[in-house]
Amino acid sequence: MATALSLTHLGSLMRGVRSVDEVGADERAASLAKRSIKKSSKLWALDLAVRCMDLTTLEGADTPGKVAAMCAKAVRPKPGDPTIPPVAAVCVYPLRIADCVEHLRGSSVRIASVATAFPSGQSFTSIKVAETEEAVRAGAQEIDMVIDRGAFLSGDYQRVYDEIVAVKEACGDAHLKVILETGELGNYDAVRRASILAMAAGADFIKTSTGKVQPAATLPVALVMMEAIRDFLRETGRPVGFKAAGGIRTAKQAISYLVVTYETLGAEWMTADRLRLGASTLLNDVLMQIDKERSGAYQSGDYFTVD
Amino acid sequence: MDVRKTYKLFVNGEFVRSESGRAYRPDGGKVNVPRGSRKDLRDAVRAARTAFPGWAGRTAMNRGQVLYRAAEMLDGRAAQFVELLGGGPRARRELDQSVETLVWYAGWTDKLPQVTGTVNPVAGPYFNFTIPEPTGVVGIVAPQEPRLLGLVRRIAPVLCGGNVAIALAAESNPLAALTLAEVFATSDFPAGVVNIISGQRKELLPWLASHMDVNAIDTVGCTADEIKSIEESAAGNVKRVIKLTESEMSPYLIAAFMEMKTVWHPIGV
Repeated sequence: MATALSLTHLGSLMRGVRSVDEVGADERAASLAKRSIKKSSKLWALDLAVRCMDLTTLEGADTPGKVAAMCAKAVRPKPGDPTIPPVAAVCVYPLRIADCVEHLRGSSVRIASVATAFPSGQSFTSIKVAETEEAVRAGAQEIDMVIDRGAFLSGDYQRVYDEIVAVKEACGDAHLKVILETGELGNYDAVRRASILAMAAGADFIKTSTGKVQPAATLPVALVMMEAIRDFLRETGRPVGFKAAGGIRTAKQAISYLVVTYETLGAEWMTADRLRLGASTLLNDVLMQIDKERSGAYQSGDYFTVD
Repeated sequence: MDVRKTYKLFVNGEFVRSESGRAYRPDGGKVNVPRGSRKDLRDAVRAARTAFPGWAGRTAMNRGQVLYRAAEMLDGRAAQFVELLGGGPRARRELDQSVETLVWYAGWTDKLPQVTGTVNPVAGPYFNFTIPEPTGVVGIVAPQEPRLLGLVRRIAPVLCGGNVAIALAAESNPLAALTLAEVFATSDFPAGVVNIISGQRKELLPWLASHMDVNAIDTVGCTADEIKSIEESAAGNVKRVIKLTESEMSPYLIAAFMEMKTVWHPIGV
């Protein structure tokens, strides 16, 4: 992958991005969301949803104690039930990475941290790079960066591109997830352009939203991003992961995202290496649905942890 | 113009068709009534659970005001209900008793803690007292007869104590119960506090009885066999299965859906 694209190349890359059929995308996402996943297929999907989950807490009020509790839940989502797998990763603010390192030692759960002036991304590139380097030094194995929407929306693609390249370099071995914040991009064409731009700049994952802006992840936006991933794979041969985040609260929504991923990108994306669901409150609903399938009785939040 | 009414379920403050799209004709009549599914029931429980803290947190006086308004709304629709109940002095009497029931329980909201609460003599330096708190989501299996009064007599005490209710309307004559939903909908009850579902008892009861998020079931309209299987399923989350059959108004009916919470408050420290 080239580390820097010249201005003329970037221009032709962006001009080459075809526009998105908005009505078609909405329609296809809606029809895929209606698909009925039952019984053993549902259990399989719910299990996968847990495996692909980035358990997230991104609050100003996060404390070491709260992060410790979340880490415990990430490793063993349901105490007393070893059949429930650990989640893929925890996602925290940079200052809380050290807490995660302490509590996740020896487990398979990875540590993701947001960086680059999350959630707005409105800061100096040097600070974003420094924040990323520091986060990696503290122990983050995955970095969730936000793009500079101010630059993107004013058409300064070069700046956005260069910044992603710089942050990717600062990541070293850590995986880079690039958050497009699709709720602020305005339309599907911009989402597709931002997806291609981020992938060309070296993103390992592209991610829908920060969760701090409404609308956050929606199914049609996810579809548009996945189609960009699919087309990028055809062009370059490099598979890029997808992360949906923001507003995914129910098991039913999670399964819809799995269906859209499977139908758009195929079975190779049904793994935590290529698909993530970022969520703070989704896990309990998934656990409740698993219990419902196993026991045959509708479940109650009273029997699950208060997060 | 003669407008034929499409009866609906009452879930989360909305009048909805069954998600299953099914309907049935009670007692071979000419009216289609929604045949609720387990998913309608699930939605109702979710709505009720969400509504519970808000309703339980209202002041007793406010709950009384809302129940009283339900009485006013029912009285305002007297002619409609009398006709629905078959007309004549018997129907009129049933309607009057239903209104009276709502008024009576409206008055009980701020009196129950004084009557059922206690100050307990304990051998230690504690001020020990017990007060009733609502148990949560309550399922009510309405009796077949009387069509209106049967449900009002059981739903009013549940709401009075601060609980939220999911009522299964009588299978063979659910129209009065479904119309009663219109009374609750215009009485300032927050969405989800009252939910009314029609359909087949045989289909819905097992799901209600086994639902982990339902805290109590009033079995007043159930047969002995149904009560037995409800009790078996209810063991899963130790639901209260209330088997009081009395048809009169009683504060004990309110208390049946309350949990007695005891506080040990140290004194002399």
